[in-house]
Amino acid sequence: MKEPTKHKRPLSPHLSIYRPEFTSVTSIFTRITGNALLIASLLIVWWIFAASGNSENFEVVNKILNSWFVKIILFLSLWAFWYHFLAGLRHLYWDTGRGFDLIHAKYLAYGVIAGSFVLTLLTAINL
Amino acid sequence: MNYFKIINPRVFFQKSGNGTDKHIRMIITSVILAIVAPIFIFTFGKVLGSSYEDANIFLSKPTNAIIVVLTVCIGLLHFRYGVQTLIEDYVRGSTKKILLTIANLICYSAIVINLISIIRIYF
Repeated sequence: MKEPTKHKRPLSPHLSIYRPEFTSVTSIFTRITGNALLIASLLIVWWIFAASGNSENFEVVNKILNSWFVKIILFLSLWAFWYHFLAGLRHLYWDTGRGFDLIHAKYLAYGVIAGSFVLTLLTAINL
Repeated sequence: MNYFKIINPRVFFQKSGNGTDKHIRMIITSVILAIVAPIFIFTFGKVLGSSYEDANIFLSKPTNAIIVVLTVCIGLLHFRYGVQTLIEDYVRGSTKKILLTIANLICYSAIVINLISIIRIYF
């Protein structure tokens, strides 16, 4: 019997082929921030789980959550959240079929970046 | 597009169908998260890292618990669909299946753990 030939199909977003552009990089960062938010989510799930148990175990988890290393992770996750939030709204806007021309795409990209920093600052002050 | 799919809760539980299903799931979860997640940040963010008593007082209030459960569980579902697209874009073959299984394990166990902890605090 003949073995079926295996084709090396190209993987879809040709990251190594296309020249990175400002707008495409902001889109790639949506994916990076979204997936990186898993770490913060699991930390929060862990902390809530500890809060549902006894207080001695909670103190151990709380100490880890309050260490400077985890605090840096959570602060970066805050920025990642706002970036992903705004980029997600941009995707919902694109889903209506609008905002695809170059000027709008560029302004939206600037808005996402600037907005993410502003919202991170606002929340960091508020919390 | 089949608009019935948007209100049909079955899309969350059925096995992978076609591409539009995945996209609709992403839209549903993202719209819910766009409303709920900022509320979560501004309320839960103040409690995260505080004392045992404060955490329990905060989480035993039904409105807070609902916001936490919605954000965490729907957030993890949203992640699960997103990471599936990521894995399918860059990985092929059995590595893809292994990674998808790991993603499923992490997401669904975290959802169950979160629900159990909220119920334990509430009662």
